[in-house]
Amino acid sequence: MSGTVSRGTLVIDIDRCKGCELCIEACRPNVLSMTTDRRNALGYLYPVLEPGCVACHACALICPDFVFQVWRYAEPVAVEEQGGGT
Amino acid sequence: MSAELLEGSEAIARAMVSAGCRFFAGYPMTPFTEVLEGMARLLPDVGGDCVNAESELEAIGMAWGAAAAGARAATGSVGQGLSLMQESIAELCFARVPMVVLNMARGQGDYYQATRGGGHGDYRTIVLAPADLGEAVRVVQLAFYLADKFRNPVMFMGDYYLAHVFEAVDTVAVDFGKLPPKDWALDGTSSGTGNARIVSSIMPTKRNAAVYVEYGAYLETSGEKIAAIECGMDPLYEEGWCEDADCVVVAYGTPARIVRYVVGQLREEGLRVGFFRPVTLWPYPASQLFAATRSARAIAVYELNAGQMIDDVRLAVRDRYARSIGGLSFDSSGFGIAPALTPMKVAARIREVMADIRQGVPA
Amino acid sequence: MTVLVRTDSPPVQPAKLVDDFAPPLILPGAHKLCAGCGEPAAMRAVVEMIDAMGFTNRAVAVFGIGCYTSFSPGLDVEVLQALHGRAPSLATGLKRVHPNSIVFTVQGDGDMVNEGLQEVIHTAARGENVTCIMLNNGVFGETGGHMTATTVLGQRTKNSLEGRDAKKHGFPIKLAEMLAPLDGVAYAARGATNNARNIFRTRRMLKGALAAQEGRRGFSFVEILTMCPTGWFIETADAPDYLDDKLASFHSMGVIKDVATGSE
Repeated sequence: MSGTVSRGTLVIDIDRCKGCELCIEACRPNVLSMTTDRRNALGYLYPVLEPGCVACHACALICPDFVFQVWRYAEPVAVEEQGGGT
Repeated sequence: MSAELLEGSEAIARAMVSAGCRFFAGYPMTPFTEVLEGMARLLPDVGGDCVNAESELEAIGMAWGAAAAGARAATGSVGQGLSLMQESIAELCFARVPMVVLNMARGQGDYYQATRGGGHGDYRTIVLAPADLGEAVRVVQLAFYLADKFRNPVMFMGDYYLAHVFEAVDTVAVDFGKLPPKDWALDGTSSGTGNARIVSSIMPTKRNAAVYVEYGAYLETSGEKIAAIECGMDPLYEEGWCEDADCVVVAYGTPARIVRYVVGQLREEGLRVGFFRPVTLWPYPASQLFAATRSARAIAVYELNAGQMIDDVRLAVRDRYARSIGGLSFDSSGFGIAPALTPMKVAARIREVMADIRQGVPA
Repeated sequence: MTVLVRTDSPPVQPAKLVDDFAPPLILPGAHKLCAGCGEPAAMRAVVEMIDAMGFTNRAVAVFGIGCYTSFSPGLDVEVLQALHGRAPSLATGLKRVHPNSIVFTVQGDGDMVNEGLQEVIHTAARGENVTCIMLNNGVFGETGGHMTATTVLGQRTKNSLEGRDAKKHGFPIKLAEMLAPLDGVAYAARGATNNARNIFRTRRMLKGALAAQEGRRGFSFVEILTMCPTGWFIETADAPDYLDDKLASFHSMGVIKDVATGSE
């Protein structure tokens, strides 16, 4: 849904993910979800990001595989680039 | 410095301090206790540390940490306490950590433990067995040198006699030569540089090392480590009157001192006896023993146990026969005072062998 | 169709990096720990606090034997590898030779409370100025999920398949509470890495422990409850709640002793 503001964003190293889903649980604004059909090079489902990240870095702290790089925007960003994860 | 009349344990402790030992940990046990007492008294005065560890296991653990930090570190015990330390001794070999380990043994029953090792895997420790205090205060210092040179534990085989005999000895520092700096030792300063040091028996390299060594590949180098020591040093030994000896007596440690004396006495009687005394029990002076016994008609092994060094003698003399003229002998204390260890009794055993030779008894 | 945000490259809008993938002291490359393991988050917290307190080029880690051992080649920190249970005595020798270094052990519950209970108690009683860190997941993880001295009653492990039963398997040990009364202990605390809030609390505990070492106040101890879904035989996503319900209900979190603040 456009119009949602993001205070932060992530770079996700999807090929290191082992699909544990701890980030999904940890994410405060609930903007992370696991793919349902796409798998990474290791064969795991991996997380994708919706708008609304607040850069709380809970995902980075809890991730056992160091998959997340967390950025905080200088100004909150309203319109996000369309993505889809790669 | 000149010679001073000292009790064995004190002399050994002073010699260790002269060698630069600055960390010692131990657990009291007879007849090792007085060495621990000596180190506890001497080390603080030279800025060192002696810790009364709460178990033998912790003693060798503390010495391990101190050695990994680059200090000359030592521990010790008696055979029974060394039994507890076997895993650590093996792993110290794999981790390439130098350390001197003293066995102030109760008798001579720890030969297998010292030379074969009671730990796991493929490792050897250099084992030095002095016969008297004058030799002891020198070889204990040599032990530190060899430990640093080969980055391996070195065992010092003493016993109750050595611990408690009084002899005039000089415990001044002996210089055995230059050694490379311990640039592998840990002190925290390489952390965060991208080249942090690691001292490990399992994964000896960091992930970003030029050559990353996996555990299995590292285990495969165990044989090379052993060979490096064998090729890197000459075994130490003493021999006398072997060239024309009919009987060569092989002995080590304090009993060998008695054997040496007895053989000298028997020679004066005209008996053609010789003696051979390994000082390094590992690497064993096998080729030297082989050469010394070439023309002997009998090879006799005097050791106060059920027969341990005799295995190495047999390996050395190959197709010759070696007989035991020793045996277990303990007074009621069990601390390794051997009622059988008198010149007269030792002489009697040798005379039996000479009699057999005269009668043409085979081997 | 949900709108997704691109996450394959850094943002084009002006932004500040809050957290890199891993702290600089964790060398790049995959570790071999399971999906959902709580130990990497704990290791991250430890090295981040070492760095934050400016101790990086004085730090030496003494590793025990367990899953976490695979971090020893993966840290840009000096490492001394110990045998199972033996890290505290090695740490003692190391610290005595280099009193200005910051020495910490990394051990599991099986390592510290089973094999090495004597070592940690004596090191604590002597008040050695080292920091012992226990990663407590209530199982021997590396061997596949067996009972340790900290496994809680009712916890299923490979040798307590019906759940730990006091009559058959005896009672668990609360190590932080056991060490705290010793006079040599300056700091003892228990944290966890099952959610962000606990990770932040644990980081503060690590700071308190390292400060105790730096201030030469004595022995410091931080027990960190970590998740082990493999050893607990549960789904990775269920592990944070399992930790709260099963482990943290017995091994309670909090600062148990801090001589700096006089709390006990």
